[in-house]
Amino acid sequence: MDFNFTPDQLEIKDLAMKFAKNEMMPKAHEYDVKAELPHDILEKAWSLGLVNTCIPAEYGGNGFSAVDSMIITEALAYGCMGMNTAIMANDLALLPIVIGGSDEQKKRFLTPMTEKYKMAAFCLTEPGNGSDAGGIKTTIKEDGDDVVINGNKMWITNAGYADLFVLYGTTDPSLKHKGITAVVIEKGTKGIEIGKKEDKMGHRCSDTRGITFNNVRVPKANVLGGLNKGWSIAMKTLDHSRPMVAASAVGGAQCAFDHSVKYAKERVQFNVPIAQHQMIQAMIADMAMKIEASRLLVHKAAWLLDNGLPNTQLASYAKAFAADSCMQIATDAVQIYGGYGYSKEYPVEKIMRDAKLIQIYEGTSQIQRLVIAKEIFTR
Amino acid sequence: MNIFVCVKQVPDTETKIVPSADGSFIETSSIKWIMNPYDEFAVEQALLIQAANAGSTVTVVRVGSTKDTEALRTAMAMGADDAFLVEANDNLDSYSIAKALKAAIEKSGKKPDIILTGKQAIDDDCLQVPQILATMMELPSVSVVVGYEGSATDITVKREIEGGALEVYGVKLPAVIACNKGINTPRYASLPGIMKAKKKPLTTLSLADAGVSEADRRVKYSNFQLPPEKPPGKKFDATDAAKMGGVVKEVVGLLRTEAKVI
Ligand SMILES: Cc1cc2nc3c(=O)[nH]c(=O)nc-3n(C[C@H](O)[C@H](O)[C@H](O)COP(=O)(O)OP(=O)(O)OC[C@H]3O[C@@H](n4cnc5c(N)ncnc54)[C@H](O)[C@@H]3O)c2cc1C
Ligand SMILES: Cc1cc2nc3c(=O)[nH]c(=O)nc-3n(C[C@H](O)[C@H](O)[C@H](O)COP(=O)(O)OP(=O)(O)OC[C@H]3O[C@@H](n4cnc5c(N)ncnc54)[C@H](O)[C@@H]3O)c2cc1C
Repeated sequence: MDFNFTPDQLEIKDLAMKFAKNEMMPKAHEYDVKAELPHDILEKAWSLGLVNTCIPAEYGGNGFSAVDSMIITEALAYGCMGMNTAIMANDLALLPIVIGGSDEQKKRFLTPMTEKYKMAAFCLTEPGNGSDAGGIKTTIKEDGDDVVINGNKMWITNAGYADLFVLYGTTDPSLKHKGITAVVIEKGTKGIEIGKKEDKMGHRCSDTRGITFNNVRVPKANVLGGLNKGWSIAMKTLDHSRPMVAASAVGGAQCAFDHSVKYAKERVQFNVPIAQHQMIQAMIADMAMKIEASRLLVHKAAWLLDNGLPNTQLASYAKAFAADSCMQIATDAVQIYGGYGYSKEYPVEKIMRDAKLIQIYEGTSQIQRLVIAKEIFTR
Repeated sequence: MNIFVCVKQVPDTETKIVPSADGSFIETSSIKWIMNPYDEFAVEQALLIQAANAGSTVTVVRVGSTKDTEALRTAMAMGADDAFLVEANDNLDSYSIAKALKAAIEKSGKKPDIILTGKQAIDDDCLQVPQILATMMELPSVSVVVGYEGSATDITVKREIEGGALEVYGVKLPAVIACNKGINTPRYASLPGIMKAKKKPLTTLSLADAGVSEADRRVKYSNFQLPPEKPPGKKFDATDAAKMGGVVKEVVGLLRTEAKVI
């Protein structure tokens, strides 16, 4: 048993934290207000190797372990959860290629992402199907050497700027899970209609839109793992992406916590810093416990993955616990700041808005509990 | 060009400094070490000079303990080609450090065209090593440099002086240039850079190899202590005009007897 980071991991963490504090944090508020994608910052993060952490070394990536990528994600979310969503969405989109793609597909789709900063979008959710992903209605029909895609996607991060769309559809909705198919669509393919940018509560700098796929034709060579093979790719993707989203919750929570501790030492009420009031201390202590527990769950879920062990249950523990904790911690941070916490001039108000999304995307907190219960009762 | 950069490893700025139990130095076991922030400007300047002069090499040199080689690894991750480390306790004085740096530079076998340093180290704030090193090597030196331009043989540097004014120097290389904030914006060490740095050559020398002994010490540390804690300030209630005379008398009295400033 060893809870220490390796020297490499310590250096990765240092760089990512330095980047988060120097480049992301000072701009987080500005881009939140503007609701604009911070291209320069994202590109700089990419140039330092902080983006696309899932790409294996043989395809031009840095060959990070899952634990490494958790460390990076936590740090970037510390800087700004919204910017991190724009960064993390690339991994969500590329993971199905890493997991289900052929060597040829990996060279074609992953390597260019390591040569120039490009965005990718993961297209699963539909207007009528979110949690019930197995029931998606976007169709993927064979037509000679091609497949033809028709349907609507909703809440797609990076949609307006993506070079690659990794889409889940079905060859036949009546097949349910057994018809799910994953396909890669390149930007500029005829029939992709990108919707307007959603006006969101949090993660406002990230670009979220609906997309309509109208007779979009791509070669069969773009189908990952073959027709009807998408569901198992999706499930394996979640084993990696859920801990990652949980890591972003830890980063956001840690940031809210650090602000709170600092503020509690400075703010005087009843002639003493509020840090000396026991009820404030209790909130701070609860925050600290939950952050550490969340982080340990994230690292264990990632460690299992790195060691080729089943981690579905741990991934859901991590996702639900870290997301729910982050929401509670951000809410308490606002509480500790009192009236100032409610103002946009102080940083915790944004974190509270950002935290809410972590309980929703990549499987809601309810869905994680369903997954956990299913693992418990079917094993 | 043969470009050298001297870097020091210092405690992270957020470290809580504690004197060691016997008071001979500070407690170093739990310190997180970083490259001296001013040295980052020196490394960046070296890399800029290298980029402008094809075929140049950047060698980083450090004197200090080996427990953690953070500063040298960071410099190589930023892009420096190789590194020399003279192993020594972290409590050497400026003279011994300068002598060891000179020896390491000479042991590299390369004749320096320029030696860059930070203007000062943020741990002991001695502001001496660049000047002592330049004197030992019989080279010109300019410190607190905030502007740099020039060729492989002649440079023009700007240095900050009191009141925010600038002095401009024309300098023939080789020279020792001590950099200040403002000269450039240090790059980040990228993750691929960090991985590559592990394969770059790091040569280790002992103090004896560098010809430095206890006899070189000009300054001995006898005792490290934290400054005495400031007593809390005193507040005087001056809201009641009727009692003002008494309050003023009390304050003046205390300034005489306690603070002893009047
Ligand atoms: C900002 C943002 C970015 C996003 N980015 C992406 C993206 O890049 N790609 C992508 O594909 N999707 C993305 N999503 C979509 C996200 O994954 C879905 O919103 C999420 O899965 C929930 O689906 P839904 O919104 O349809 O909610 P619904 O599924 O309608 O859920 C509504 C409520 O019902 C609950 N519920 C549903 N089923 C059950 C059940 N069986 N038992 C108990 N409770 C249940 C849910 O927990 C939730 O509380 C994004 C969403 C947002 C808001
Ligand atoms: C949108 C808005 C509208 C408002 N409108 C009005 C208005 O119309 N008129 C008006 O007069 N005021 C108004 N207020 C002010 C509001 O009543 C105060 O913000 C509130 O009383 C808290 O005070 P504070 O913000 O100074 O927080 P603080 O008093 O600094 O409290 C900070 C934190 O410390 C905690 N704390 C403080 N003391 C203790 C203690 N002894 N033990 C345990 N915990 C403690 C608090 O619960 C809080 O969590 C408004 C505030 C907002 C945000």
